Amino acid sequence: MRTAIVEHVLDPAALLDEVASTDSGASTLFVGTVRRVNEGRDVTGIDYSAYGPMAESEMGMIAAEAEKRFGTSRIVVEHRLGTLTLGEASIIIAVSHPRRAPAIEAQRFLIEEIKKRVPVWKREHYADGTREWVEPTAGVVAGGAA
Amino acid sequence: MELNVLLFASWSDALGPNVTVHVPAVATVRDVLEAVLARAGGLALPTPLVAVNHRYAKPESPVRAGDEVALIPPVAGG
Repeated sequence: MRTAIVEHVLDPAALLDEVASTDSGASTLFVGTVRRVNEGRDVTGIDYSAYGPMAESEMGMIAAEAEKRFGTSRIVVEHRLGTLTLGEASIIIAVSHPRRAPAIEAQRFLIEEIKKRVPVWKREHYADGTREWVEPTAGVVAGGAA
Repeated sequence: MELNVLLFASWSDALGPNVTVHVPAVATVRDVLEAVLARAGGLALPTPLVAVNHRYAKPESPVRAGDEVALIPPVAGG
């Protein structure tokens, strides 16, 4: 099991190799990429930033939870930070397991928990030159209760 | 006590990467959050969670001198 916040271009094939084993009957690879349109707006790129030490620790805890729930330690997650252009990978999750169902379920669990819990933020750049933080669960404004 | 609080994303843009707030010697996460919110005045910022020493903390959790406290605005990783 390995999780990391990185600032280099992600390599899907290398991460898939890293989890591979002759004991495995299935390996899954999830690649999250920068999409052209979000909420109807033309996106040209995304800045990813993080609270580094907590992001590392939270990703490690999520991977440990996945290992316990799905019964495989063959899990690798890399999340990239920095400015990414359209089509570039921001996150890669590779999981390998003797059976396909838990391999697929573990991967879904990992990406959903990472999106909910890991302190990473993105600021989208739009074709009109503006930039905005993406705040999917934003609710009340400052001055209100937490 | 004086406590340094780390800020990120839209909060960091508005107030800088950290703020120092004054909270009671026996303080909770709620006290810290209220002190930082007061600093934000009427700015429209998303409601954050609070992390103490790299873990999400509940409003009633204690905060002690030397703890690393951070406001975590809505996350958007992946």
